[in-house]
Amino acid sequence: MALSDKDRIFQNLYGFHDWKLPAARMRGCWDDTAAILARGRDAIIEEMKNSGLRGRGGAGFPTGMKWSFMPKQSDGRPSYLVVNADESEPGTCKDRDIIRHDPHTLVEGCLIAGFAMGAVAGYIYIRGEYYNESVVLEAAIAEAYEAGLLGKNAAGSGYDFDLYVHRGAGAYICGEETALIESLEGKKGMPRLKPPFPAAVGLYGCPTTVNNVETIAVVPTILRRGADWFASFGRPKNSGTKIFCIQGHVNKPCNVEAEMSIPMRELIERYAGGVRGGWDNLLCVIPGGSSTPLLPKHICDDVLMDFDALREHRSGLGTAAVIVMDKSTDVIRAIARLSAFYKHESCGQCTPCREGMGWVKRMMDRMVTGDAEVDEIDVLDNVTRRIEGHTICALADGGVWPVQGLIRHFRPLMEDRIAAFKARSTRLAAE
Amino acid sequence: MSAPVHEEPTSFAFDAESEARIATIIRRYPEGKQASAVIPLLYVVQKQMGRQTGSAWVPRVAMDVVAERLAMPPIRVYEVATFYFMFNTRPIGRFHLQVCGTTPCWLRGSDEVLRACKDAGALKGYGDTSADGLFTLTEMECMGACVNAPMIAVDDDYYEDLDYESTVKLIEALKRGERPAPGSARGRRSSEAEGGATSLTEAGQG
Repeated sequence: MALSDKDRIFQNLYGFHDWKLPAARMRGCWDDTAAILARGRDAIIEEMKNSGLRGRGGAGFPTGMKWSFMPKQSDGRPSYLVVNADESEPGTCKDRDIIRHDPHTLVEGCLIAGFAMGAVAGYIYIRGEYYNESVVLEAAIAEAYEAGLLGKNAAGSGYDFDLYVHRGAGAYICGEETALIESLEGKKGMPRLKPPFPAAVGLYGCPTTVNNVETIAVVPTILRRGADWFASFGRPKNSGTKIFCIQGHVNKPCNVEAEMSIPMRELIERYAGGVRGGWDNLLCVIPGGSSTPLLPKHICDDVLMDFDALREHRSGLGTAAVIVMDKSTDVIRAIARLSAFYKHESCGQCTPCREGMGWVKRMMDRMVTGDAEVDEIDVLDNVTRRIEGHTICALADGGVWPVQGLIRHFRPLMEDRIAAFKARSTRLAAE
Repeated sequence: MSAPVHEEPTSFAFDAESEARIATIIRRYPEGKQASAVIPLLYVVQKQMGRQTGSAWVPRVAMDVVAERLAMPPIRVYEVATFYFMFNTRPIGRFHLQVCGTTPCWLRGSDEVLRACKDAGALKGYGDTSADGLFTLTEMECMGACVNAPMIAVDDDYYEDLDYESTVKLIEALKRGERPAPGSARGRRSSEAEGGATSLTEAGQG
């Protein structure tokens, strides 16, 4: 049973309708928000916990629990909500649609989430490249202020809450929550050691929670329709609906909001017109954005799209960016390009990442041409495991996982490439 | 047309348009936390340079002005201006052609888009500025429009669902002084499936 349109949270995902406040109200946004806030902080957090919502930015941490880490009583410091709109994981383009087409789901979600965690203000950190999107978002916030939905006595709730947009400037690392906070404070985006966690010491040294755009934007609908409604989609611990970005070698790439735990094949065939050349022409799929290891066709045949099912196959749901590759793909080159990405985006703070991402990229470049020895595949695999887990943040982990996935599933192809290169060199030498 | 010469200016001052923008920016941050405004102010500089000289970049003297305005040591501003990829610390062409070359766009033909940029823009490759000063070509990492791949950004605008021909057409239009509407070159509204959305199709939507 496919998700019916009435159960999709983002009714204007494609921008077929107006994003502005009057149209957003028609879709149900800002409908008696004061009544939701009147339930109180604890009741809202409890409802979020019961909904089973896990963070939509990649890590999948339970949202209600994250909010509960914020101090109940202020020690004199203000608390902040920071929304991560630095959508930069290759393959991911879902938050962009929320921001440009349904921004009031996010703006209202910020007020509710901000209230639930006792925040005085929220900052939405949007990637610099999303300039036109930031213009829409700023206009939506201005509309909300104008209508009394933000600021003093926001939405008539008696609660004061301010909301601001802050543009980044082209650094993938700022999607990491502590790097984002550093950047928002006006510094280079270099991740902080944890602990202390942002809920204790975050923005300006104050308690802070950082949530992804999609996570915050689904909050108003969950609270209106109830935790049970949201939890009715997907398997236990993987509940809800989710925006998937289906791309690469499919007939009709698109974004779509579908139910969690949908089989990957059904997702691709129902919504994206199927794999180019038919399902049997499938080579592999990166299921959740560039950091998640690829899965070869035989796993894709029946794998479910949720956190736990993909984890069982040593990959992950990540940001739910489904990158499809058909049999014409040079998969070694596809992964090598991701290695170049991580080299480019390393902030340079930790040695294993700064040196390692460059080393891995150069090694992968040789794997593309085959100019390598077979046992260097083992060296490469070994080095990725010495990088993994030895840095302040997870960028380097995300940088080596795709390479590990390639070796795990396509080692024979890499060996063939090396053999072909050797054969060519020998022939040339003989001529 | 001969290329305009963009030399390192000896001074920089915000104009009235920039000052108005700065006033709204500074208000966003708490008292004493004005350093948060460093990225927004560097954008203001870059925009103003584009307006005044036709080349949107951030000269060092302007970084000093930002540092003074925000009461920051100049080195902190230099650090930020050089850490973030979107600040051009050297002069660029009138139009900044930013080609996404990351895997999702590569799978859909970004090599052809790059070839079109080189051919139509008279550019040798990434990092090059055309002899007439019109175009600078930069390879970008994923810009987050992957279901509309391949794509390029011209300054702040995304052009999507491109191929060789449509990229050439876009660049030729820019040369004629036109600014085509951003978005899909294949007539898609946005991220819905081509030829008709595969969700949100039931009656009574919106």
